[in-house]
Amino acid sequence: MKNLIQTQRPARQSLLILCLLLCPLTVFAHQRGGEVIGFASGFWHPISGIDHILAMVAVGMWGAQLGAPAIWVLPVVFPMVMALGGTMGLMGVKLPGIELCIALSALALGFAVFREARPKLWIAATIVGVFAIAHGHAHGTELPLGASGVLYSVGFVIATGLLHALGIGIGLVHRWTAGRLALRVAGAVVAMGGVFFLWKAISGEPV
Amino acid sequence: MEGDFGGTSVKVCCPRFILFWLTLAATLSVAPPAHAHLVNTGFGPFDDGLTHLFVTPEDLLPVIALALLAGLRGPCFGRAVLFALPVAWMAGSTIGLLLAPPITLPLAQTILTIALGLLLATESRLSLASADLLAILLGLLHGLLNGSELPKASWSSPFSVVGVGVALFVAVSLLAGQASAVHVPWARVAVRVAGSWIVAIGLLMLGWAMRVSG
Repeated sequence: MKNLIQTQRPARQSLLILCLLLCPLTVFAHQRGGEVIGFASGFWHPISGIDHILAMVAVGMWGAQLGAPAIWVLPVVFPMVMALGGTMGLMGVKLPGIELCIALSALALGFAVFREARPKLWIAATIVGVFAIAHGHAHGTELPLGASGVLYSVGFVIATGLLHALGIGIGLVHRWTAGRLALRVAGAVVAMGGVFFLWKAISGEPV
Repeated sequence: MEGDFGGTSVKVCCPRFILFWLTLAATLSVAPPAHAHLVNTGFGPFDDGLTHLFVTPEDLLPVIALALLAGLRGPCFGRAVLFALPVAWMAGSTIGLLLAPPITLPLAQTILTIALGLLLATESRLSLASADLLAILLGLLHGLLNGSELPKASWSSPFSVVGVGVALFVAVSLLAGQASAVHVPWARVAVRVAGSWIVAIGLLMLGWAMRVSG
């Protein structure tokens, strides 16, 4: 009988827990799951792929090399157009040759930095915009289900902006003669990375 | 029921035992609805409202965009938004609290966020009346959505509304004040870049909204 009574307490506790689990209070909206995952995964997504990093840093470097107003027009254009591409990806709009375009972006932008190309501002913005669509679309189609959309987007855009800022920071060495040469070398490295990714994209190997 | 079982005194009161479980079952079955749009700080409804703005990116982003835009246009614009936005927000919340059932308008919120971000990114030279109109529109829309999700007929809800209003006043005064003090060209560009980021976030939110609804 003593044992019986002793076993009643855990049983009662288990029953109480079961009742609590069966009748949960609705959670507060701001404690919804996936928020931290959303921000963290959004922030890491652009940083996790070297092809994306190269292209975004190259945008900043090219902008710094071109000087005002391109130094801020290109980094302003890129996230907005990239988000447009991301929206298309999220909505399931199919675009052909995305991986090829991403690889080409690193090649073209790196080559532009290497050559110190100085096209008209609208041409530079269009080039950057086209590549931004490809990058955004790739990100949009890869977004994980279940994560918080808003915080994912915040993390994603902040990371992209920081990569541009890094590129601009590197590009500011352009004002010195040695820095100008170093920047061109950096552009060549980005372009070589682009060649590698282009080869990967054409051969169909995973990056 | 009472007895001595092998030296262990055991007291079991059947009516109280049954009453305990009945009370528990009744309590759980009438669980109150969630305060859907408020974070629970544990410091009371006013602090819940105060914190709400800063943990809700859907609400915070357009506020940042409008406050920075008003600040860039000058102190006069900043002052106009500083008072118009919290008042409109609290009015919208009151309407939502009194009238509306819980509603969500993610598309309207997102489009307004994108529009405000675009105005900031392009440093739009909007008039004072337009700034006021935008502040009232933003306040009424988001306030309505906030208020509709607050618990009805609760003593705590008005305190939450006031908390949100105070948070808005603080946020706008800080942001618009800082932006109005920015005169260096590169710093103004940095503020505009923040606008482009808000547009980008808004566009992605739009994609998410369409993905969820589609």
